[in-house]
Amino acid sequence: MAAGAHAALTPALSPTAREFGSGANRGDRVFEGVVSLVAACVPLLLLGIIVLLLLDALPALVRFGGTFLTQTSWDPVKEEFGAAAYIYGTVVTSLIALLLAAPVGVGCALFIAEYSPLWLRAPVSFLIELLAAIPSIIYGLWGFFILAPIMRGAVEPLLKNSLGNVPVLGALFSGPAVGRDLLVAGVVLSIMILPTITAVSREILRAVPDTQREGMLALGATKWETIRKAVVPYARSGIVGAAILGLARALGETMAVTMVIGNSSTQIRPSLFTPGYTMASAIANQFTEADKEIYFSAIVSVALVLLAVAAVMNIAARLLVWRVARGPGAM
Amino acid sequence: MSSSSHVAHVAESVPTEPAPAPPRHVAQQAMPPEQAPADQGGPGMRARDLSAWYNVSRKAIDNISLPVAANHITAIIGPSGCGKSTFIRCLNRMHEVVRGARASGAVELNGQDIYAPDVDPVRVRRLVGMVFQKPNPFPMMTIFENVVAGLRLEGGYKHRELEEIAVRALRQAALWDEVKDVWKKASGISLSGGQQQRLCIARTLAVEPTVILMDEPCSALDPIATYRIEELMVELKNHYTIAIVTHNMQQASRVSDYTAFMLAEEDRIGRLVEFGPTARIFTNPSERRTEDYITGRFG
Amino acid sequence: MSRWQRRRLINALAASVVVLCAAVAVAVLLIILGHVAIQGLPSLNVAFFTERPLPPGEVGGGVAPAILGTLEMLAVAATIGIPVGVATAIYLSEYGRGNLARAVSFTIDLIAGLPSIVIGVFVWAWLVRNVVGQYNGLAGGVALAIIMVPILTRTVEETLRIVPDPLREASLALGIPRWKTILRVVLPTAQAGVITGVVLSLARAGGETAPLLLTALGNQFFNLDLLQPTAALPIQIYNYARSPYADWQAKAWGGALVLITLIGVLSALTRWAIARRTRVV
Repeated sequence: MAAGAHAALTPALSPTAREFGSGANRGDRVFEGVVSLVAACVPLLLLGIIVLLLLDALPALVRFGGTFLTQTSWDPVKEEFGAAAYIYGTVVTSLIALLLAAPVGVGCALFIAEYSPLWLRAPVSFLIELLAAIPSIIYGLWGFFILAPIMRGAVEPLLKNSLGNVPVLGALFSGPAVGRDLLVAGVVLSIMILPTITAVSREILRAVPDTQREGMLALGATKWETIRKAVVPYARSGIVGAAILGLARALGETMAVTMVIGNSSTQIRPSLFTPGYTMASAIANQFTEADKEIYFSAIVSVALVLLAVAAVMNIAARLLVWRVARGPGAM
Repeated sequence: MSSSSHVAHVAESVPTEPAPAPPRHVAQQAMPPEQAPADQGGPGMRARDLSAWYNVSRKAIDNISLPVAANHITAIIGPSGCGKSTFIRCLNRMHEVVRGARASGAVELNGQDIYAPDVDPVRVRRLVGMVFQKPNPFPMMTIFENVVAGLRLEGGYKHRELEEIAVRALRQAALWDEVKDVWKKASGISLSGGQQQRLCIARTLAVEPTVILMDEPCSALDPIATYRIEELMVELKNHYTIAIVTHNMQQASRVSDYTAFMLAEEDRIGRLVEFGPTARIFTNPSERRTEDYITGRFG
Repeated sequence: MSRWQRRRLINALAASVVVLCAAVAVAVLLIILGHVAIQGLPSLNVAFFTERPLPPGEVGGGVAPAILGTLEMLAVAATIGIPVGVATAIYLSEYGRGNLARAVSFTIDLIAGLPSIVIGVFVWAWLVRNVVGQYNGLAGGVALAIIMVPILTRTVEETLRIVPDPLREASLALGIPRWKTILRVVLPTAQAGVITGVVLSLARAGGETAPLLLTALGNQFFNLDLLQPTAALPIQIYNYARSPYADWQAKAWGGALVLITLIGVLSALTRWAIARRTRVV
């Protein structure tokens, strides 16, 4: 994916072909014009998205200003809109997802890139990619009917009993465990972002030159020591990029989250067992109920915040992934 | 052949305590060039009927037997594709790192077969070090960290001990004066090509292997850097056993004491054609094929 | 335990952990697919595919309007998305130099990374609120097109770049104008990759729910008028899953099975097409 942007900077044809093909023919000029015009619609589209969202969000942004991001009260009746609870829910569920998916995802990537026998590589890669092909709604379905009852019946009580009384940390696992809360949403999200982290990390690991591995092996290192001391440090920023890409995917997920997160309560409470909203699930849930202009505007503002965060994370991630692909000199 | 318990002993003989300042290898009496090096049970390495494959169907080298004399430099020459790199990578069991690759036969190190069934290749590589064709310092480590990378694997060294060993290794590699101001700050790849290669040599020296293998160590370097490394090699042979693969015949005749000439025929399997003291190989080879290669009729 | 033994132990442990990670990932996949298959299969009958939903509480009926709606909106998405995607890919691959190309390439990646609900909000603001005035299937199709285009463009662009330059030069040297070279020589050579891109992007778009909630809204009835709210399979699954009726919940699983089977079949087909292409070329 990153290579695509990079490759766009290199000329597509050799000088000879370009000379032959440039401009003389009218058909060529028309064709180039048409194709360029269509392609130009893409940045135009992005611009349009940003502008339209800004316009619709303006009433709410003007009225609430910075408090939109800090207030938790979301009351359509009183016309008070603060998205802090949604932001909190998004951050918490995404962090849970990252904490669970990053180690396992990098572990899978290590398996495919470093440990797996040749014949097993393609099948395992394929199966993990299949996780990415499953639509969000199906994750929601499975999370709702299968995972949530298990969480409520077994996992959450276990966590509560074992960690609930630990000082400080215990606050995370307090309160009634209904099975429709931030924790379950985080777990479902972690499964969804795992393939992203694995796929990108795998490419990053492949980009580490074999000479690095050989250098460490020749000093008498075990396989794990080679990975830990030579491969991973080399690939580090790329793996961070993979994690950020996973995170970006997590915070934009809607359907899977909305089915297991409870969609109630706009209070920020420390316990992971509380139901809540993410920004995306809030939009999905409340969109059709919005009746007032200011209500609409508030929801679009949430979408705008989502867009900004997703865009920034994507850019940061791609920069990091590029750096590893370009080699150690670029670091 | 040696019993496995002996091998375990040899493998464990690498000290886990930090080495004292002077190198452990006593310089051998310079052997008369005509004599073959010490045989069974002696120092140095010896390959016996070594064959290697890249996968079930691709055989790379066939039944190579040759000695690598302690405290001498043995050069392995031959045209591209003759299997010399494959051969040398078998000497520290790096060949089998590639998936599907395997080797058969025996390679004796100080009399013990490193291919014996219960020998761990990881231990072998601590005793038999390797310098690669393209310098490969670790970019995320400083010069200092690069040099002690191997020592840190073993663990148990205090910081001051690491520094002492590193300084000594860098001096041995003739790099200390050039990096002493920046060695703890500058990255391993901030050096020039020749310096990077000397860094890799220092890194190898720091763990004090018995044997140092060099796979075309100068082919990526300019002539001046090459010359300095050749100087280094001649210095090092007093304390180490050295085997070097090179496609540069002048280099082989300049630095080595013994030369092995390898060739792959139409079946593309590498075999040993001739082995002997360098002076004789280059002035009076016994094999016609050797003579053809030396005089440039092919390759 | 000596240092050496500890190093060996850690090495073995690390290998086990890594294998465990892969095993867990594959196991989770199989568990999810297994549940969808087991729960969904009982719901699949002829009525499921041909009839429309019955009033709540009544057992029977089907999700045919949703399947039809999805196909309608995918058709709209394809009609818009394929020309735009292929044209953009041609631009990036064959003409891409300079600032516009850089902007296009950068933007494509950015749009690909946008949450699909944000795209839904945009299309709602543009087409539902302003142009048409009500929830409609056309807006749904447009939203899906926006989701399709980045995937399609990237896939086709990569494929076009792989076509060797000598092929282009040979055509140009014969006096064939550049635009014909691209359409008659380059594109057909990249055929398999283009089809792959189209199929993959359609499969991805077909599974999207969030943008459709805000644009097409959903419909219990058959609907061929794209300016009206239109049903879609993912929306139907969503609504049925949240309902209290066991029959509808079972149908939700059935719909999920249909959706996943479709995506699976399409992915398998594209892999087969890729394999065929690499063998022929």
